[in-house]
Parts: sequence; C-alpha cells; structure tokens
Amino acid sequence: MNHLSPEIRARALEIVALYPDARSALVPLCHLAQEQDGWLRPEAMEEIAQIVGVTPAEVRGTASFYDMIHLEPVGKYVISICTNIACLLRGGEDLLNHAQSSLGIGVGATTSDGMVTLEEAECLADCGRAPCVQVNHRYVGSQTPESFDSLVEKLRTGELSDSIPPHGTLIRVRRNVGSR
Amino acid sequence: MPEETQTRNDSDHGESHGEGAPDPGEVTMTLDGRTISARRGEVVIKAAERAGTYIPRFCYHPRMKSVGVCRMCLVEVSGPRGSTLQPSCYVEVADGMEVSTKSEKVKKAQDGVLEFLLVNHPLDCPVCDKGGECPLQDQTLAYGPGESRFIEEKRHFEKPVVLSDLVLLDRERCIQCSRCTRFASEVAGEAQIDFAGRGEQVEVAAFPDTKFTSYFSGNTVQICPVGALTASPYRFSARPWDLDQVESTCTTCSVGCRVAVQSSLNRLTRILGIDSEPVNHGWLCDKGRFVFESVNGDEVSGGRYEGEVRETGSNLATRISEPLVKKDGTLVPVSWNEALRVAAKGLLKAKEAGGPEAIGVIGGARLTNESAYAWAKLAKGVIGTDSVDAQIGDGLSSELVLSLPRATIDEASNAEVVVTLCGDIREELPVLFLRLRESVVAHKTSLIEIAPCPTELTKFAEAFIAIRPGDAPAIAGALTRDGRLDAALSNHPEGAAASADALGIATRLLASTGTDKERGRGRRVVVVVGRQSMAEGSAPVEEAARILARELPEAKFLFALRRGNVFGAIDMGLAPGLLPGRVELDAGRRWFEAAWGAVPDRRGRDTTSMLMSLSGDESIEEGNEISPTRALLAIGADPLSDFPDRALAVAAIDRAEFVVAVTGHRGELASIADVVLPVAVSHERPGTTTNIEGRVTRLGHKVVAPGHAWPDWMIASELAGSLGGDLDVDSVEGIRNEIANLAPAYLGLSNEVMSSSWARDGVVVPIDVNDESVRSNRHEVLLVDPVALPGVDSVERQGAPPRVGSAGPPVAESEEPRRDARDPVEVPQIVGRDRRDNSSGVTGFQTPPADSYSLRLVAQRCLYDSSSAVASSPSLSTLVSFARVRANGYDLDRLGVKTGDLVKLRSARGSLVLEAHVDSQVPRGVAVVGFNLPLAASNGSNGSNGSGGAGGARDDEDGVINAVSMLIDASSVVNDVRMESL
Ligand code: SF4
Ligand code: SF4
Ligand code: FES
Ligand code: FES
Repeated sequence: MNHLSPEIRARALEIVALYPDARSALVPLCHLAQEQDGWLRPEAMEEIAQIVGVTPAEVRGTASFYDMIHLEPVGKYVISICTNIACLLRGGEDLLNHAQSSLGIGVGATTSDGMVTLEEAECLADCGRAPCVQVNHRYVGSQTPESFDSLVEKLRTGELSDSIPPHGTLIRVRRNVGSR
Repeated sequence: MPEETQTRNDSDHGESHGEGAPDPGEVTMTLDGRTISARRGEVVIKAAERAGTYIPRFCYHPRMKSVGVCRMCLVEVSGPRGSTLQPSCYVEVADGMEVSTKSEKVKKAQDGVLEFLLVNHPLDCPVCDKGGECPLQDQTLAYGPGESRFIEEKRHFEKPVVLSDLVLLDRERCIQCSRCTRFASEVAGEAQIDFAGRGEQVEVAAFPDTKFTSYFSGNTVQICPVGALTASPYRFSARPWDLDQVESTCTTCSVGCRVAVQSSLNRLTRILGIDSEPVNHGWLCDKGRFVFESVNGDEVSGGRYEGEVRETGSNLATRISEPLVKKDGTLVPVSWNEALRVAAKGLLKAKEAGGPEAIGVIGGARLTNESAYAWAKLAKGVIGTDSVDAQIGDGLSSELVLSLPRATIDEASNAEVVVTLCGDIREELPVLFLRLRESVVAHKTSLIEIAPCPTELTKFAEAFIAIRPGDAPAIAGALTRDGRLDAALSNHPEGAAASADALGIATRLLASTGTDKERGRGRRVVVVVGRQSMAEGSAPVEEAARILARELPEAKFLFALRRGNVFGAIDMGLAPGLLPGRVELDAGRRWFEAAWGAVPDRRGRDTTSMLMSLSGDESIEEGNEISPTRALLAIGADPLSDFPDRALAVAAIDRAEFVVAVTGHRGELASIADVVLPVAVSHERPGTTTNIEGRVTRLGHKVVAPGHAWPDWMIASELAGSLGGDLDVDSVEGIRNEIANLAPAYLGLSNEVMSSSWARDGVVVPIDVNDESVRSNRHEVLLVDPVALPGVDSVERQGAPPRVGSAGPPVAESEEPRRDARDPVEVPQIVGRDRRDNSSGVTGFQTPPADSYSLRLVAQRCLYDSSSAVASSPSLSTLVSFARVRANGYDLDRLGVKTGDLVKLRSARGSLVLEAHVDSQVPRGVAVVGFNLPLAASNGSNGSNGSGGAGGARDDEDGVINAVSMLIDASSVVNDVRMESL
C-alpha cells in the first residue's frame, strides 16, 4: 500500500529519527521521494505527511516553496541556465534563448521525449564559470550555444549517465547528516 | 473551580487598581504619554485595547496565537537602544515600557504596510461580499496613505477556488494573514488548508483532489479580514448594510453558542459567532452556522454552489405553514379553529377511553423554555398525563441528569482530568470539542477516553479505553477500584491486555487527583456522559455514571445530550416524573397543585414505553398500573426517523388511535398524522434556552414565521382552551415571569434579569439573583473588536440586551418571586441539590454476554445526519453520507470481505445491506454504523427479505432515511448482528 519503495521508506524513517521533531524531516523526505519518482507525486506527499505527522496540505505548502522540489512531472534531465548578473554579462541570456529554440520548448517546459526540462535559474554560485549551467543540480561548466547542443546530445544518447544520475537524485539526503 | 478563570472580571478599560502595593501580576507602562497598567505576559496590542487605544491589525486574533506576519500593528517602542518599530501583537508588555501608537514613524509604517497590501489587492469592493464590513477597507480609510503609486498590472486568478461545498476562495483578495490556516491547524486541529507557493504567488490551498471538509470551516470565512473566503450560502446574497441583526443562541445542539442572526427582507441570510467567554469563544460549527437555511424553506435540489442568488422571504418548499387535518385519508389545509377542534376531539376521545394517561406527549427538546413550559403545563396541568418525554429514546434518564452535579464548560476545560464516556463529541457537540481540545492539547487537562472507536482527541488522550456496548459499568468499576477488569470482561475481544494498560494508567491518574483527604476524591474531575450508541440502551452508561459519582464524590458531570434545548425541556418538566424547575412529581405536587390546579397522580411513561404501549406490546403493560397509551401528541419530534427502533416506531404510529404532529418542517410523521399544526421555528420566536451546563440565555426573534405558523406556547394555550382548560398565559414575557415565580431552579430569573447586562453571557441555574456576588462573578466581556469577528458589529443590534457597561445591574425588587399567595406551601426541593442522594440507584447491572459469531452493533451519531433541519438546508444536505458498516479487519477477513464489498447485517429485528469498510480502529467483535444516515440506492433491495421484521415493517424501505434503526430493538440493552458476505 505504501507508495515509497521499501528502501526509500527505510531511509526516510532513518532520517526522521535524526530530528527531535519528526516534522523537521519534511524537506529531506521530499527529496527522497523525488529521487524515486523524479518529481514529488501527490501519493508521496500523502505518505510523507503520514510519516512526519502533518497533513498532506502542509507537505504541499512547504514543498511548493522550493524550486528544487517539483510538484509536476519533469524530464529525466532538468537543465538550469543561470541568467543572474555575472552570467548575464557572459551571455547567459543568449544561451537561454538558444536553448529554447534548439530544444523547441519554453522555460519550464519539457521536451516531448520526456528527456529534458529547461529552467531559468538565479545565481547558482559558480559565477567563475559563467554562463553557468546545471543538469540535475550537477555543474557542467561554462557553455556556449554549440557546446550546449552537444551536451544535450550526449544526455540523450546516455553518454553522461554515469556522471549525471536521473533527476531527483541528491547526494545530500544520503549523507548521515547529524548522526555522526 | 479555578478562581482565575471564573472571576477574571476587572471590567472597565484597564483603570488602575488604586493605591497600595503594586500587584505582581501587573506592570506599569506608558502608552502615548499616558501611564497605564497592563497584565504581565500580555501583548501590547491587547493591553492598549483594554486601555482604550485601538491599534490596527490583520493577522492578530484574540483567540489564536500571535504570529506577527502582517505588520499592520507596528508601534514605536523606546528601549535602551533608542526607539524601534515592533509588532504590538507579538511584543509582551514590560515594566516601564514606553509605547507610541501615533508617532510619525508609526504613521509612516502604517502607510507603507497598507500601500504594500493594496499593491496586489483587486479593490473590487463594490462586488465583494466583505465590502461594508471589511477590516481592510476600514483600516485603509482610517490609517492608509490615501493613494497608491502602483500602476502596474495586478495579479489575476481564476475564481473562485471551491475549497469545499461551503467555502469558496477568491485568491486575488487574500492578504496572507494566515488567520484561516492557523484556525485550521491550531483551533480545529486539522490543517486541510495551508499556504502553497511563494512570493506573490502564495495562495491558500487544500491538497489536490481533497476538500476542506472540517466541521468548523465556516469560522475561517468569518475571521478572514478581507473578502477572500466566502461561504456559499451567503455569497452574493446581501450587502452588509442591508442586514438586520439580533443576538441569539444557537439551538442546533445543546452547547448553546452565542450567535448574531442576520436577515434581509424577512429572510435569514447569515449566522455569525459572537465571542462568549464561557461558551464558544466566537467559534461555531458549520451545522450551527448554516442550518438556518432550513428556516427559509428553500427547495433542496443539488445544494452545491452554483452561483445562484436565492429569492427573498421564505418559499416554503420544506416548511409547513398551514394547519392540516386528515380528511378521507389525505391531509388538507384547514383553519386554526378547525384544526384545534379536531385535535381536541381526538385527544378527548382517547382520554375518555383510557383516562388522561392514554395521551402520550413526545418531543419538545427544540423549543424555547417558555414554550416547553407551556406544553408541560398543558400536558401535566390541563390534560393530566405524566407520559411526557422530550427525549426520543436516544438520551439519558432525566432524573440522573438532574441528580448528578453539573459542570460548566469552563470547569471541564480547566479540570485536572476529563473522563469522556459518551459518543464522539466532535460529531455531537462540536464546539464543546473545540473547547476540550484546546485544553487537552495545551496539557491543561488530562483526558481519559472510554469509547468504542478512537476519536480526533485520542492522540492527545492520556488513556484510551476501547469499550463494547454494555461494558461501561464494568469499566467504570475497574477504573475507580484497582484498574482490573472483572472476570466477565477478561474475554473482551481486544484482549483484556490491550485495554489493561490504558486502564491502569487511567486508574492511577484518577487516584492521584484530589488524593488530599480534605479535598475529596474526584475533585477537579469532570466526566462527560452520553449515549455511545443508539443500539445500546441507556442503562449501561447510566449505571457507569452512578458508579463514577459514588466513587468520585467530588466529580462533576456534563451530559452529552444533543438536541438544542433538551436541558431546558427537562428543566421545564417535559420528562416523566418531573415538574418545572427540576422538581420531582411528588416533591412538587402541593406547590404546583396550588398554581396549576392539578398535577398527574403518578409517574408516566417514557418515549420507549409509550411507543411499546401504542404498538400493543403486552410485555410493557405487565405490572404497569398506567393504562395503555392510545393517542400521541408529537411536539417537533418524529419517532419514525429519530427513534432508534424503526419497527417499533412504525408499529406504534400505525396502531395509534390519534396522532397530532406539531412541527415546522415536512417529514414522515407530518405526512401521516391526523392533525398537523404548523409552528414557528428558531429565529422566528423570542424566548430563552438552557444549554448543557444549565446556562440560560436569550433567543432572538429575527424573522416572521411563514403563513399561519404560530409559536408553540400559543398553540399549547389555544389547545388547552379547546380541551376545556386554560393555561392562563398570554405572552412570552408572561410565561417567563411565571417560570421565575414558580419553577424552583429558575426562581428569580425574570425578564428584567434576563435582559440585564450582567446576564448577557447567560445565567447558570439555579442562582440566587439577589446575591450580589452572583452578579459580580461574571466573565470578562471582551471589548468589541471589529477585526476579530468582522461583520458582527457592522450592523445594528435589535432587541439585543444592552451593552455591558452602559447600565448597572437592574434591581429586581419588583420581580421578587411572589410567593406569598402560596405561602403555606414551601418551595419544593430541587433534584440533586443534596449530594448524598447522588449515588443512590446503583443497581448492579449485568450485560448479556456476546456470542462469538455475532458482532455487537454500535450506532453512532454523526454531525450531518438525516435530521429534518439538515435535510432541508440545501448546503448541508449534500454533506450527509450514506450508511455503511465499519468493522475490524479480523472480523471482516473471516468472511472474506474487503472494503467496498456489500454485506448483509441481520439482527433479530431485520436485515440491511450495507457497504463494508475495514477499520483497524474499531475493536474486534463490534460493527459500527452511523445513526440516522440513509441507505445508498446502490445497495439494492433491502430489508424486505423476510427475516425478523417485527410487525408493521413497511415495504417502502427505500425511502428510509435512518437505515440502522431497522436493525435496533429498543427494548434490548445491547443489539447483536450477524454479518454475511453477499
Ligand atoms: S484567505 Fe483570508 S484569512 Fe486566509 S490568509 Fe487570506 S486573507 Fe487571511
Ligand atoms: S456547537 Fe452546537 S450550539 Fe455551537 S454552533 Fe454548533 S450546533 Fe450550534
Ligand atoms: S550569476 Fe550565474 S552562477 Fe552566479
Ligand atoms: S503583525 Fe501584528 S497584527 Fe499582524
């Protein structure tokens, strides 16, 4: 009956145990559920609500605050292009425009093959390599329109699947935060 | 009870306490240059308010925790590091604090906050329901900048979001004060709504595909400081300045919440909660808030919000507005004269044949006290029958209710331990649930719950003891003894062990309260007693209550009887063996004979006994000196739908020689009675009512009853005339004064007293009105805060009691009870005044054992049931669910039944096909079905499958609105059913 897989659920319960108040584990659990499904499904929110002792409406309320938690399906790869000041000066906006036309989708949309979702991001804290691009929250370094196209190509063919896991996988919730 | 809460009463605007040593609970501070004193620990906004300075606010609500999110209440506070702007709803007062609420800095902050709030506010006031009573409008006018610099496009949202059938949200108007979301989580305890999104996209939202179904959702509409939340019954139906208002009391259940009743063009439009410190704190349940629709009598169609605007006045689709008399088998409209003549003739015929006792009177628990008194006087004084019962076989013995010491709601919520031995309080007495929840969650009170299934309070309970029907006396015994169950209960299907832990905890808890010998055992314990199941007789819980009263002699009780004025009806003598003013028949005989001329010779029948007698059941007549009941006078009660045992009710009504139905609503009984007399219902007549605590409050008269409907007391008086008697009453005020002079527990409670300012929150009877301390021992009346309860004070009061502070308490000299005329007779003793007689009547009750193939039936009350008031309220009628059966997986697995399957329940009385639901919270061996819920049409043929079915069961079970009543035998203490899979 559980939506979360036994392995994910077991990890969730471990995380809950790290906090004095179960509710504090809400956000890490959202990330865990996103690792399973790629996005935060309503069924997952209901289960998280039950695990941490709040209502589903409260889980959604919290989750909807964060850009890194997706309440709607996204592609296997979420590409974030920064258009904040440093990246803007180094062509971030041009890159975003290029990405939109080469992928054939607008910001926030997903390609029809379900592989790529495009996001416009604020400063991603890698201004030294502007214009900065992330795929599934992994830095892929400074990009030009040309390199961007080949990046997408490599994502599609699976060439990068070793270094970039599917959307939702975060290292952080896997670490034993606080239990050391 | 705790003095702190009962007697907080420093009345007026925070005047300082004169000279002498400084009160440690007080601080002295400066407010706008004035020196004021404030209570330590309170927030600045409140201290200022008591000192007469209003600070604008949106998110602050006096009944919820401060969050300081809107910043409207910024004030300048000087401290050691200079002066800063601080939210006055969040900062506590301190000695020597200097606060300025009107400085330039504050003014600028207020301008800024309002300009920001209006940036995204649509300002569609002309079409907004809140326009005219809107805190945002009012405070912008009073404190705002006058103009805005915002010229950009505002937010647009699709509107409205249907949060539930009752509550709609227009997101663009929301100012994110979080009052609604905090109410849902903090007060109601179910956060079905929360903020979603971020920045300017923040919106209040329910979880996708779920609704805001809380029983208290209407409160969010009332406290929303803008027009973002609207209630579907009111939306677009009126403008606030067109509304008339009168203060009244909700009589939908016996909690008796204070309300403002508003109408336009003789049509009720809205009910709002008024903040009454001892009762409802401003909150209402949705049933109490929206059931007024039944008064308007609109057609009940789909009921859901369709944006339609309803007509004016009452359109009578569900009301009865003319007297009806049966002619050739059909009811036809006639004049009052004719109806009364026919009614009197039928009743007299029964009286001739069988004496006055041949007439039975059922009902009267939804009337005013004055009307209840008039009916009691008619029945007991004029007709001479004591077979009178306001409870319909679904309550508790009236004598028990009167004989045990009664708690107030405040006492319950301040008790050390509350024991609940009753149905689900949230379903039956919703605002009492809120009051208890508040103190249990705050750990002010420890809760011991004894119930067939867990409730919303269980997770906060110190101990939850699962109970099957019939087990209450054994559990009460164990609780007050050593926490060990009798051998008889060791076969409890949950295993004695499961409950044993809880029992142990509960027993220790009870033993530790009031261990001090001086204080007495059970001191500061309040027990809530009520029927847990309509399929269980009242004997087990009554017995348990007596045991608890005997073993915890200092404990106090609240009785979970649901009908609006059932306590007033009992107090007015609408119960067998009782006379008005809480007096037993024999004790009051001389006193009332002197006043009324006559009273019945002996105790009469209760409802169950009347119906059994009517149905020709010989067993009830055995050893009974009273002659059989032949005719029935039903006052606003319909045994066909309300009585727990349908077959018995049907047989009784079929065989009754004559039936008079006095009712305001159409219903099954009113369609087959011999005479139907139309009455004015709630809000259509003035009077007083008595709540669960024994608190008497005034009822407002807001709209005119439809057609030829009369108030009950008038019908009783005219009927008395037609029967050759005379009630000698001519007005509500006259009756009230008669009660005040005659009914012992109500002595002195005259018109003048009831309309005095000190009685505004009601008077708990019995009182001594001439005792000065009674008057001063009143609750603090909160200053009117227009932003706490917007809408309540934006229109004028009519006929409402004068405001507190405008006049001193009236001196009741001219109203001294005029006892001299009857003087040789002493005022009779009130039942329960003497604590020693409380435990009498512990009878050593035994529960029949359950057989292992049967399930013990529990028929639980639900808030939204098929009662005529809900059924004729278009917005509520859609919330009634179908009857289904819940049982433990252990019992259902044995039959191979899963959730959603149809099963047949078979009792000695009949059978029913219901949908089954696996519910691990239901103890083994128990089947739970909601009481007074209709059958789903999809369940196929029902009931007529032959078995059981005591005489008279009809073929038309499809129309049955109280399905489970077809399984219940009211004469049996417990009812067992067999379940079969289909
Ligand atoms: S809907 Fe009303 S009560 Fe709720 S947050 Fe918005 S303004 Fe406040
Ligand atoms: S709790 Fe009872 S009295 Fe209060 S609003 Fe609800 S129905 Fe009315
Ligand atoms: S501005 Fe783009 S990464 Fe900082
Ligand atoms: S911040 Fe004080 S009232 Fe909102």
